[in-house]
Amino acid sequence: MADELTPQVPPDQPRIGVDEWVASVEGKRERYRGPVGWLRRGWDTAPAGARLLAFVIPAAIFPLVTTEGNLFRYGLITLLYALLGLGLNVTVGFAGLLDLGYIAFFGFGAYTYGYVASVHTGHHWPAVPAILLAIAVAALIGFIVGFPSRRLVGDYLAIVTLFFGQAFVVFVNNGDRINFWPFNRTDLTGGANGLDNIDPLKLFGWTVNTTKEYYWFTLGAFLLVIILLYLVSESRTGRAWKALREDPLAAEVMSMPVNRLKLMAFVFGAAIAGFAGAIYGSVQTGAFPGDFDVGLLITIYAIVILGGAGSLAGVIVGALVVNGVPELLRDPNQAEWVFYTALVLLVLTKVRPWQKLVTVVGGTLALGFALVAIADAWFPRWTAGEPNTGKLAHWVSHWMLLPSHATQIANWAYALTIALILVLTLLRGWWRTIVMIPTIYVGAFAWENLLVEQTVGATRFLLLGALLVVLMNARPQGLFGTARVEIV
Amino acid sequence: MSVNGAASLLALVGIDTYYGQIHILEKLNLEVREGELVSLLGGNASGKSTTLKTILGLVQPRNGTVEFRGENVTGRTTSYRIKRGMAIVPENRRLFGPMTVLENLEMGAYLNRDGRGRKEDFERVYTLFPLLKERRNQLAGTLSGGEQQMVAMGRALMSHPKLLLMDEPSMGLAPILVERSFEIIQQVHQSGVAMLIVEQNANMALSIADRGYVLSTGRLVLEGPAGQLLEHEDLRKAYLGR
Repeated sequence: MADELTPQVPPDQPRIGVDEWVASVEGKRERYRGPVGWLRRGWDTAPAGARLLAFVIPAAIFPLVTTEGNLFRYGLITLLYALLGLGLNVTVGFAGLLDLGYIAFFGFGAYTYGYVASVHTGHHWPAVPAILLAIAVAALIGFIVGFPSRRLVGDYLAIVTLFFGQAFVVFVNNGDRINFWPFNRTDLTGGANGLDNIDPLKLFGWTVNTTKEYYWFTLGAFLLVIILLYLVSESRTGRAWKALREDPLAAEVMSMPVNRLKLMAFVFGAAIAGFAGAIYGSVQTGAFPGDFDVGLLITIYAIVILGGAGSLAGVIVGALVVNGVPELLRDPNQAEWVFYTALVLLVLTKVRPWQKLVTVVGGTLALGFALVAIADAWFPRWTAGEPNTGKLAHWVSHWMLLPSHATQIANWAYALTIALILVLTLLRGWWRTIVMIPTIYVGAFAWENLLVEQTVGATRFLLLGALLVVLMNARPQGLFGTARVEIV
Repeated sequence: MSVNGAASLLALVGIDTYYGQIHILEKLNLEVREGELVSLLGGNASGKSTTLKTILGLVQPRNGTVEFRGENVTGRTTSYRIKRGMAIVPENRRLFGPMTVLENLEMGAYLNRDGRGRKEDFERVYTLFPLLKERRNQLAGTLSGGEQQMVAMGRALMSHPKLLLMDEPSMGLAPILVERSFEIIQQVHQSGVAMLIVEQNANMALSIADRGYVLSTGRLVLEGPAGQLLEHEDLRKAYLGR
């Protein structure tokens, strides 16, 4: 009976009910042609070692070609963020536990290291035992916090850990006047002033001192952790975490020790944070309560989520973007390049077909030059402003109105940009294309006359936020995350 | 009482299960013998799933005992019962979507750390479902419904169960796949595993079962050999619509 009813499908098409999804995915992969497709396929099929080299080689060349300051800002801080991201990736990415107290473990690492290696207590431990102690303390605290919370899921775990993270900040802020046995009148944490004069790392007679040396050391630590995590993620435990994250109930009826696995992930993440904390304490030769607050937590979460929770490569890329972009934007000249590159890329990739693309690009350019010409002829005040420094800003000044009384107008232009973007989302077809022209121009106007001067302050975070929104819209699963497969 | 003289594998004796104040299962008695295929039928909200949860220990009964392989396991944890030889194919299969078929099977054998034993388990499952061997590196979520059913059964069989519990195996499958699915169930049963199948599709479930039970609002209303149940007037009216 059944066989008679089966519809006849041409042999080149997938059988009905079988592998349709797979076929469509493969089709998608085939669609990426040229360098993008080549890169994609290369990345998907490359062995893990080769993927790691793709990161290690540039990371090893970087200190040789850059200045001390850039190495610190772009290199060392990114590495520290990435190391922290790796730990959070275990708890959140592998096991799916929403841990909002993560930064406290980082703090415990830094304070523990400071406690055994600074003038504060007079101990000056060498790096290896001091770091091991920092890891052990962070892991132990992770165990203590995790043990009662291991039965909690989702929101409840988040609330408990958030409380723990904030309690840590309060504790270190007031830890300089602890007054109960056995700590009668003890200064444990240095209070609001923190611990300062923390020793540099002393490793078998080598004292890690310069930024370059710290960079190498942190790179080594990072590689150690990422290789370890790769092995763990491929192990039985790693897969069990993944299963637990996907479906706790199914994991339980497969008789996995769900609570023990959760606790393990929690402690594992805490230990890595402790490791990062010890390095951080020695890098900045101090540990201060303000360093371990919610701001950093959000940054690290942004890194893990942007990269794709559960992906190791994603953590690296996430850290590069989240730390690198605001640093790049610090300098108005660089910010100028970033802004216009992003704008051009956005228009080139998002506006289809080519007729509309030509309209938008041509229209925006024409609008700018026309406005400048009109202003030059009749309203000289509108072009009397000074162009910003840098070659690009100089070119842009031929196209952009630069009023001498810029600030007030630019504020309005900023508000108008937001309004226009909102309008854009409501429009379809050619109307959208037409309105895009003034939107881009008004946005660029606000940028040139207002935002670019404030890149050190608000602008760069504004742009980072916009970037994150755009990226998460384009790839909700994160840059390297696997798309969630819904089982129907 | 015993039909073919086999020993009792699972027995629920006088089970009362409550959710808060609500009495879900009332004085439920149910038995599965070694090597038997038993169907548990009932409409919506009749207590089928609660029965399974009680058997697995995901909910605790207020009164009564759950005996498995001659041992009272009433107060025991789910994972203990699974170690003793229960396994479940959950409702909607609940595969680990972004993991490969191989990894899904491995999760089924989570308790078995012995490398050689595990290899044999894989061989056994692959012999039953040759397709899974071909597809072992494919993500489970990308399989079709029928294939997912095979993975779910394979995953459950990886732990060498004495008793396989199946929750609504026909749910969410195209009619043609339902038939195929029950063929698979029969095949697994013939390999010597006792089964308890919870189903709404009474016709299908009884056609392959040795015996059947019918639940209605938490009470057993009918029980007996599958063939007799199929012909039973009330059941035909209530479920088979003929």
